[in-house]
Amino acid sequence: MKKRAKRHLPAPSEWTFDLIDEYHAEIRRVAEGYGLDTYPNQIELITAEQMMDAYASVGMPVNYHHWSFGKQFISTEKGYRRGQMGLAYEIVINSNPCISYLMEENTMTMQALVIAHAAYGHNSFFKGNYLFRTWTNADAIIDYLVFARNFIAECEERHGEEEVELLLDSCHALMNVGVDRYKRPPKLSLEKEKVRQKEREDYLQSQVNALWRTLPQQESKAAAHAEKRFPPEPEENLLYFIEKNAPLLEPWQREVVRIVRKVSQYFFPQRQTQVMNEGWATYWHYTLLNTLYDEGLLADSFMMEFLHSHTNVVMQPPYKVPWYRGINPYALGFAMWTDIRRICEDPTDEDRRWFPDIAGSNWRETFDFAMRNFKDESFIAQYLSPRLMREFRFFSILDDDREARLKVAAIHDDDGYRRIRDVLSEHYNIGSREPNIQVWNVDFRGDRTLTLRHQTFKRRPLGNGTDEMLRHVARLWGFNVRLETVDEAGHVERVRECRHDRRASLEAAV
Amino acid sequence: MARIIDRRFDSKKKSAVNRQRFMRRFKHQIRRAVADAIDGRSIRDLDNGESVTIPARDLNEPQFQHGEGGEWEQVYSGNDQFSTGDEISRPMGGGAGGGGKGASNEGESEDDFVFQLSREEFLDIFFDDLALPNLVKTQLARIPEYKSQRAGFSNDGVPTNLNLVRSMRGALGRRLALSAPYSGKLRDLQKELTELEEADPQDLEAITRVKADIGVLRAKIDAIPFIDTFDLRYNNRVRLPQPSTQAVMFCLMDVSGSMDEEKKATAKRFFMLLYLFLTRTYEHIEVVFIRHHTVAKEVDEEDFFHSRESGGTVVSSALDMMRDIIHERFATGLWNIYGAQASDGDNWENDSPHCRELLGSAILPYVQHFAYIEITPGEPQNLWREYDKLGGHYPNFAMQRIESYADIYPVFRELFKKNLV
Repeated sequence: MKKRAKRHLPAPSEWTFDLIDEYHAEIRRVAEGYGLDTYPNQIELITAEQMMDAYASVGMPVNYHHWSFGKQFISTEKGYRRGQMGLAYEIVINSNPCISYLMEENTMTMQALVIAHAAYGHNSFFKGNYLFRTWTNADAIIDYLVFARNFIAECEERHGEEEVELLLDSCHALMNVGVDRYKRPPKLSLEKEKVRQKEREDYLQSQVNALWRTLPQQESKAAAHAEKRFPPEPEENLLYFIEKNAPLLEPWQREVVRIVRKVSQYFFPQRQTQVMNEGWATYWHYTLLNTLYDEGLLADSFMMEFLHSHTNVVMQPPYKVPWYRGINPYALGFAMWTDIRRICEDPTDEDRRWFPDIAGSNWRETFDFAMRNFKDESFIAQYLSPRLMREFRFFSILDDDREARLKVAAIHDDDGYRRIRDVLSEHYNIGSREPNIQVWNVDFRGDRTLTLRHQTFKRRPLGNGTDEMLRHVARLWGFNVRLETVDEAGHVERVRECRHDRRASLEAAV
Repeated sequence: MARIIDRRFDSKKKSAVNRQRFMRRFKHQIRRAVADAIDGRSIRDLDNGESVTIPARDLNEPQFQHGEGGEWEQVYSGNDQFSTGDEISRPMGGGAGGGGKGASNEGESEDDFVFQLSREEFLDIFFDDLALPNLVKTQLARIPEYKSQRAGFSNDGVPTNLNLVRSMRGALGRRLALSAPYSGKLRDLQKELTELEEADPQDLEAITRVKADIGVLRAKIDAIPFIDTFDLRYNNRVRLPQPSTQAVMFCLMDVSGSMDEEKKATAKRFFMLLYLFLTRTYEHIEVVFIRHHTVAKEVDEEDFFHSRESGGTVVSSALDMMRDIIHERFATGLWNIYGAQASDGDNWENDSPHCRELLGSAILPYVQHFAYIEITPGEPQNLWREYDKLGGHYPNFAMQRIESYADIYPVFRELFKKNLV
């Protein structure tokens, strides 16, 4: 045991600002000792109601208004009032400075835990991970949201709340297919946005006009290339395609589409790094506070309360219990990071076989590398060890609708490790979890029908909401929309169509 | 160094706008829920909010999602019995073992969305497109009532408004000011006089001269008027138009033998609704309960609804009484008078034409609104036929037939529809 300090930090259950400051200073010292690189921290104390507000606007301190946020708020509030659910202890925003919310109701111990978890764990992850570095711009996000809210409020004034709401509904529906998965987006910046917004409006409109201009000589020239599709390559980002190409959208509507697309893109990395990010933050709050305890700064009572919440968070129930809700990302993530450190520091023969490159390496360097360069899917594929699979007693079940019974495809044994790891990794691959739908073609010589293609994967069909989704696409596109479902061999097996009744909507407008 | 910021006192209700948006979007469902609530529960509960259920499918925010079917493989934790290759029967209804459940569309199995309307929201929706008949006329256009209010003091006015204290204070000030130059001299002379008397009491000539000067000065001071028209101050009052905020509601009910408990309960609901409606508009509401069989009697609420009498029916007795009470207690300009009459319509045959005359000549000209509801499952009765003749002539008269509790709400809306005014 290391040398114990003479004095504990006081550990009353009630927090004070001075205490928070004191704890924060110690946590920061230890975090720096471990080399965690973070944005500057901004810690904000809020009430439960404000926490619910933050929940309702997808965790952001500012956001535009929409009924769905109201729905979210009402249901959170209802659950909270009835005591059905506790609120999360914290919300942390990927911005620079990194804003962490601490809830007023928390005890001092919980506040310290949250500071370690959010202000050092998540914060360093936001700053380091390649997805966040490429796809989000922490410096600009708050400014951008302020811009977005003002812009949308202005649109509501000018065009009516109803109309903006309908547009937002359709955009929200397409949020999940409104992200660039592979292309790298340019950085957001409020200044640039403002300056370029007007320019872009005019330019876009002129481009669209050019696209739809039907001059005779163009027609004869295009006849030769009748086979050519537009877009030439399928486009995965539906919102982007609509923003740039939908013929009838007004400039302000394009800007709204763009805002939703940008927000969706901002949250995309979070959806891809749940296990890693939560596991990372959990690992660090555990490590930082234990280090402080070893130094003798934390009282035993503090540690008891802290460990109590910590173990609740990282509990993985077995499949049999009624409250089983799948794999707990906190549990899996925390176990994996802990396991990586073990492999670095104390590898077994099995580890040396499976992880020759990291077994026995410097754990801090390995951590840093893993944190910076992976997302859930690749992280699990790379680092899930057989030992962990045994500890979790993982098994994999195959559900094939052609078979009458389910089959246990693999369990935690030598034959099954790789398969389980693949299946679990695949489970976190958003590309396979969500249907793959891309823009395939636009009939721009004819009735301007937009054709989307759904590439099936393992014969998985689309859900019941698909027809409604097509109506949303049609509303944005302004003309008919077709959705072709293509099987793995490339044959079109099913076509759905949504006819956009333009006359009806025009009449309604008149 | 980290910044620690206390945001607890920042603006709350950040989500209020979003809540309003939500309410507006689901107006139809919320309205339906409110209407159902009115039908379904006792009127006494109207002071509470209401929980509104919105079907999950209406609220669904769609996404492109996978449906059931195809091939799914998923990892579970806590293996306690399986070996590779084991086969398991499909659990019924997509239980915990169902492959692909995690990714399938959860939106479909979601429970209906239930949330609580506050009392204000509940009533706002309830009364949304109702408006008080003649309200605009009474409160905004005509403004029959003025309230006189103090507005400081003025220099002119009628003697009754004279403010004595102010006037006297002004007079005193004026006198002090005007006598100031004399008072100084007077003090000097008196001092001189004292000195002369002490120095040489025999110097009568000088003493007399000084005394004479003092006398002149005193006379001058006394000549300053005690009060001048210039000093007068009057209380100033201005008349401010005062919207009338009080109403009286007459509840007339037939308690003859033919009105059974159920009919009375129906009538009661109607009265309660009317009352609640008036409380939304007026600060102060008096309620007069008149029940009648062959003779009318003013009673308290308890008796009105609960005691039972039997006998024949003479409706005009109640109308007579209402007319008298209006004249005695509720001068038309100060009170907004509302009448609601409930009956099964089974009146003494010869009395009904008299009722019609009475209503038309002595009551309708004075009231903001008079509603007659006939609670009967069968044919319209003679009172209805007589009242029917009034219909076109008086815009502030309305009549409706009610058969059951469920009819009350639509009838109520019908009676107080905006276009009625």
